[in-house]
Order: sequence, then C-alpha cells, then structure tokens
Amino acid sequence: MSQELPSKESRLAFIRQVREKGAEDPALCYQCGKCTAGCPVAYAMDYPPHQIMRGVQLGMRDVVLSSRTIWLCAACETCSTRCPQGVEPAGVMDALRRIAYAEGIRSPEREVPLFHSIFLGSVRLFGRIFEAAMIGSYNVLSGHLTKDVPMAPKMLLKGKLSLLPPRAEDGKALRRIFAKAAELEGRQG
Amino acid sequence: MRYAYYPGCSLHSTARDYDLSARAVCRALGIELEEIPGWVCCGASSAHMTSELLSIALPVHNLSIAKEMGLDTVACCAECYSRLKIANHEMRARKNGRAGEVDEVVGSTYRGESRVKHLLEVVAGDYGLDALRERVVDDLSDLSVAAYYGCLLVRPPEVTGFDDPDQPMIMDHIVTALGAKAVEWPYKTECCGSSLSLTRTDIVLKLCHDIYQKAADHGADCLLVACPLCQANLDMRQLQVNRQYGTTFELPVLYFTQLIGLALGISSADLGLSKLMVSPQKLLARVGLRQPA
Repeated sequence: MSQELPSKESRLAFIRQVREKGAEDPALCYQCGKCTAGCPVAYAMDYPPHQIMRGVQLGMRDVVLSSRTIWLCAACETCSTRCPQGVEPAGVMDALRRIAYAEGIRSPEREVPLFHSIFLGSVRLFGRIFEAAMIGSYNVLSGHLTKDVPMAPKMLLKGKLSLLPPRAEDGKALRRIFAKAAELEGRQG
Repeated sequence: MRYAYYPGCSLHSTARDYDLSARAVCRALGIELEEIPGWVCCGASSAHMTSELLSIALPVHNLSIAKEMGLDTVACCAECYSRLKIANHEMRARKNGRAGEVDEVVGSTYRGESRVKHLLEVVAGDYGLDALRERVVDDLSDLSVAAYYGCLLVRPPEVTGFDDPDQPMIMDHIVTALGAKAVEWPYKTECCGSSLSLTRTDIVLKLCHDIYQKAADHGADCLLVACPLCQANLDMRQLQVNRQYGTTFELPVLYFTQLIGLALGISSADLGLSKLMVSPQKLLARVGLRQPA
C-alpha cells in the first residue's frame, strides 16, 4: 500500500461515509492483527483485514474500495467477535462493499458483486430465489458457462432444483421495498 | 408450542429434505409450525453486503406478518435466522437505529415483537432434551457425530445470544440425548465459505476440505448441520474436494432434524434421506439402522 496519503479532509470524509454505511468507528483499531489471524479467507485476499482497517483510517479510498478483499470476505463475523476494540471489521467490510456497489467501483473480484446483483434481481422479481435461473444467469454473465453444470442432473433428479420459478406472493410490496430502499440510500433502484 | 415458520428459499429448493424432516420431526413432537403466508427472501448475504436498508427491510416485511399472526418466529436456516435476528436487534435499538427509515420502506411499524428462534433452540429449549430423550426408539449408540455449527448461529454473539460462540454445545446435547456419540473437535464454528460457493468455489473447496479433515481426524462418521447453506457446500462439493485434494472422504452431511427423525423411528422417505448427495446408506447399515428408501 505505498502511495501518497490523502488530505486530512478527504480522510475524515471517507471515515464519515464508512460510519454512515453502518460501521463502528474504524479509528479505534490499534492494528493488533487479530482479525487477520482468525480470518478463514485471508490467504486469498490482496490486503488482509487489518491492512484494510489501516487503509480506511488513512483514507485510502481507492485502494480499499477496489480491493479483492472486500468481496472475498465471507462475512463469517469471526473478526468482529474477537476484535478487542469492538471495531467489528466485518461491519467495516459491509460498509465498504455497500459504497463500492452503489458507486460501481470495480474490483478484480467482479464475479462476487455480479452474483449479488443477480441474487437480488431474483428476489425483486420472484420474492424468492429461483436457483436454476440464478445459476444460469450467473454462468452466462460471468463467462463461466459450464460451471457446476455437471451437478445439475443429479440435483434435478433429487428435487433440489426446480425449473419453474417460485410464486411471487406480493409483487407490489416487494417492488416498493426495493424502490424505496434505493431512493433513501441514493442508489439506482 | 406454536410458531410462525419461516422456511426461507433454500428449504423450498435445494434443501427440501431439511424442510421435510423439520416438519416431520415437529409433527412427531407436537410442535406446530404455521408457515408465514407470502414470506419473501431474507436478502441473505447479497442484501447486507450491498444495502443496509434492504437487509433489514426484507426480514421486517416477514416478521410483521408473524407479528400479525401473534406468534414468535422459527427459522431452520442459519443465514435466515441471522438476518431475522439482526433485524429484530436493529428495530429494537433505541439510538442510532434505522427503524424510522425501515418503517418507510416496509410500510409498517414493527419493533421486534415476534421473537426469533432457530429450530435447534425450540427443540433443545422449548421442547426440552429430557422430553426428547424419552421419545427415542432407535439405537444410535454406534454413530459418532461431529456437530458443525458454522458461523451465523453463534456470531455475532451479542445479536444471536445463541450459545457459547467458541464452543457451542446445543447440537451436541441433542446428539447425546438421541443416544449417539458427539465427537469433540475443533472446527465447530469454522466457516464453510457460504455465499462464495458459486463465485470462488476454490475457497469453498479448501474450507470444506479442512472441515472434513478435522472431523475425520476426530473420529466422526458424519457431520451434523443446522443450515442449508453449510449443508449444500459440505454435501454437494464433497466429490469435488476429493478430486481436487486426492482425498477419499465419505462423510454424510445430515441435517439435525434427519438425525432426530432417525432416532424417533420416522420413515426415511419422510426425512428426505435419499436427497443427500453423499449417501448415508452404508453408514446407517453399519450402525444397524434401517436403509434409506
């Protein structure tokens, strides 16, 4: 993470934004590294959790928001449970993902936010997850066309996958929830 | 004992066996489950990772219906359970809460009235382990079970208030009450990779591999789970793990409701045992239980 540090003003503005998106005060982190030590996915990340925490403190907006880390975090909450300062790194990850998602900031882990948008698209349309369509759309849009396809026949046979969509019970209420949440959060619905 | 039942998406699709066995066991124990009419997805990881409001509003939509039913809510999926619990936590919070905005999004004034429980808590707590022990008809004494809790039942502990977050025992106590052996092992609350299943399957395979290895090292014949997402990763991807890591794991991944059902003498068909990807047939035959249909 070697680069020129942002001004105090932009640093404070970023920390404010992270807190508004639901995180505890990242300034409390004293870099003990306990989050990284217990993180099951740290081995695959570009910046381990404690470095993301430091990046947020320093206002390194572009680095943290375009990292692989924020999308690889599995939200297992191990770090938040163990953090001696109560900073809840998993909550900081959520806040960073929310900002990156709303602003369309790209990460090399582009498949993960793609998956989330397809997942939520299914909820908006059907009220529930329509697995077959969700996996199909994901494979097409991610370019991994044949991923997990060999498992499909067995799942269909065992009745674990349906080719018919679930019933949308209250489509109007759902559309309202999605639209209103997007409006209040200043996102595109 | 009557509850508003929130099955969640998985129990209507990839985890039909969990839904079947949960209903069968509850029927046998006299626990009434009334499905929340018109329930919608809790939003799962995808909502909380991208929109805080949506991640509370979707559960609140469901919980408001449960409130109208005048019932507490029971969930079987650890992810749903976590999202519903967090929504209750947020809606009851006095300061810095987002309750006002959620009211606007959902069009209700819900304030956490319907308490949320996981079915594990209903069976072990409300129904009771002693009562459960008395209902056992089949001998499970030759079966060694690794109870796997995963992440979201126990974390964050101040929200779920479920059990000891490092060393949960509730499922182990159920295993013992049923007459089987609960193995002591250190990976009870390690993560299976959950929603990275489709996007970063390599990570899920590694995490599942480590879980199988620890369970096997500690003498487990099978894994016992209380979450359809943990189950999907651990059951459906076991063959891939074996291919990738050159291992020969053959650990059936049973829902805790299926194990209760077996002990209670409920038919294999009613427990959906044939839907498991890693067949429990050989194991059940070895410990002297009937063959799955």
